[in-house]
Amino acid sequence: MRSAWGLAWLRIRRHPVSTAILVLCLGLTIALPWTGRVLVADYRTELLIRAADTPLVLGERGDRFDVVLSALYFRNGRTSFIPFPATDRFGAEAPGVVVPISARAAAQGAPLVGTTLEYFEQRGLRISTGDFPVYAGEVVLGATLAHTLELGVGDSLFSDVTELYDLAVPPALKMRVCGVLAPSDGADDGAAFVDLTTCWVLEGFAHGHDDPAEIDPEYVLGGDETGLVISDALLAYQEITFENLADFHDHGDPERLPLTALLYWPASEKDGTLVRTRVNQRGNYQMLRPVEVVDELLAYVLRVKQLMDGLSWVLGTVTLALGALVYALSSRLRDAEFRTLRRMGCPPSFVMRLVVGEVLAVFLCAVIFAAVTTYTVRAALGDLTGWLR
Amino acid sequence: MSQAALHVRDLCFSHGNSFSLSVPSLTVEPAERVALIGPSGCGKTTLLHLIAGILTPQFGEIEVLGQRVDGLADSARRSFRARRIGLVFQEFELLDYLTADENLALPFRLISQAPNQEEMSGRVQNIASRLGLQGLLGRRPAQLSQGEKQRVALGRALVTGPGLVLGDEPTGNLDPDNARRAINLLHEQAAAERAAVLVVTHDYSLLDRFDRIIEFDGLREVSE
Repeated sequence: MRSAWGLAWLRIRRHPVSTAILVLCLGLTIALPWTGRVLVADYRTELLIRAADTPLVLGERGDRFDVVLSALYFRNGRTSFIPFPATDRFGAEAPGVVVPISARAAAQGAPLVGTTLEYFEQRGLRISTGDFPVYAGEVVLGATLAHTLELGVGDSLFSDVTELYDLAVPPALKMRVCGVLAPSDGADDGAAFVDLTTCWVLEGFAHGHDDPAEIDPEYVLGGDETGLVISDALLAYQEITFENLADFHDHGDPERLPLTALLYWPASEKDGTLVRTRVNQRGNYQMLRPVEVVDELLAYVLRVKQLMDGLSWVLGTVTLALGALVYALSSRLRDAEFRTLRRMGCPPSFVMRLVVGEVLAVFLCAVIFAAVTTYTVRAALGDLTGWLR
Repeated sequence: MSQAALHVRDLCFSHGNSFSLSVPSLTVEPAERVALIGPSGCGKTTLLHLIAGILTPQFGEIEVLGQRVDGLADSARRSFRARRIGLVFQEFELLDYLTADENLALPFRLISQAPNQEEMSGRVQNIASRLGLQGLLGRRPAQLSQGEKQRVALGRALVTGPGLVLGDEPTGNLDPDNARRAINLLHEQAAAERAAVLVVTHDYSLLDRFDRIIEFDGLREVSE
């Protein structure tokens, strides 16, 4: 019995190129649906875990996917607008914890999220080195982002200027890295967090400059006791430091200060239901349960996966048919070998085991190849929800 | 029970209406070297296949080393052939993916009660050294000359210590010098194993190397 398997193994070893091609074809056929299945499962788990950790999200009326994805994954946060004072108004009628999120800015390609310290507490985020951002101009980095940018406490992070040709948009702001978060295996690992004032500075709703009383009269173009008109030649501060922190201010209506969404952890399920119903009846905002929205999103993903599975079956059948053809043709070429073995006294079952052994060995190698491919792709892709940002 | 290496009596074999073979009597003694000659298509190879148990006769008796092979079941016949009969072919029929030493050891893979690895290895080394193959054992057939291939084929036929070696034009693909060398080697090694040799050949220049020559007369009978 072992002799036939041994002979099969010898033959495979002595025909490495043809065996490798067969293993590659079969392995990729197995790897494709396998990788799809593993990635969809991981993706589903990641999405649902984060969604389940966030009971309710308040956002502007409109596309529910945009609201939830921007609040949870900081994706395209400019599409949703909630005025900052809504936080207090909403907090007054909603027992529990309300956390504002502003995910409208970016820094070196990563989302720059403005929030309050409650966010870190609710998400269970811990500091690895340094501290949470307490003052404007301070930034705390997610673990992956800090690793990618090779930044640590004391380094500087520059915000991205999204509108290069809009002169009204402030230039890049230099922020001081005050801490790095411990890894959390979620969207927070790839983001940077600042306080809300920093976000508004980045969007031009607040700024800092020298005291007008001490400005060189050359820069004063006009004005009266209600205010001064100052030349653009007087540049606003491009870095918030402890020295100039007090000079930062906003001139406009607080109702204009933008947020992307409010995350709401109700005191009880009943409170959550009551508040949600009330908000949705009122109609000026929408309150969403992220789990429901993510489930709906996953239904689309799973539909695409079913299509992929179908295609994989077709591909697999074609590959197996081609493999069978290869073995059928190779058996013809090997007629002389099989005839010799039979003449020497080997039973037909020996030849059968020889061929089956080869097929099994190729299949086993293909499965190993597919497993390695699947888990390599999985490891290489890392954070599957990264594309949402 | 006959003591002959091979005893054939009243053998009849036919294949459809186009081919029939009749051998009234044929005996080969132990360690005897016999050449079988005759025109192409007269049934020499068929006779070898009948003796080896590859084909089954319709009538008659074939006794090899005291064992009636014509009455054996398929599996028993195969097993007997693998253990007791060495076969050498014109095309050598070495497996191209095996090295020379693996080809030499191939018959051990086919027998149910093979000796242990150490003994097998010893037998392979012994036959290889007797055939002058020591330096070639790691080579595959494509890396061997025709003469070297035939030596490996001879070694493969002899490695299990068979009592009867059947050769089907074993020198057909060799030049005259290599053919003579191969026949000499076959005889020497068969003698060392006390094996009888029955060889089909068209090479009349080699007939002096045999103890006895049998002319296969058409498809009818054997004349000694």
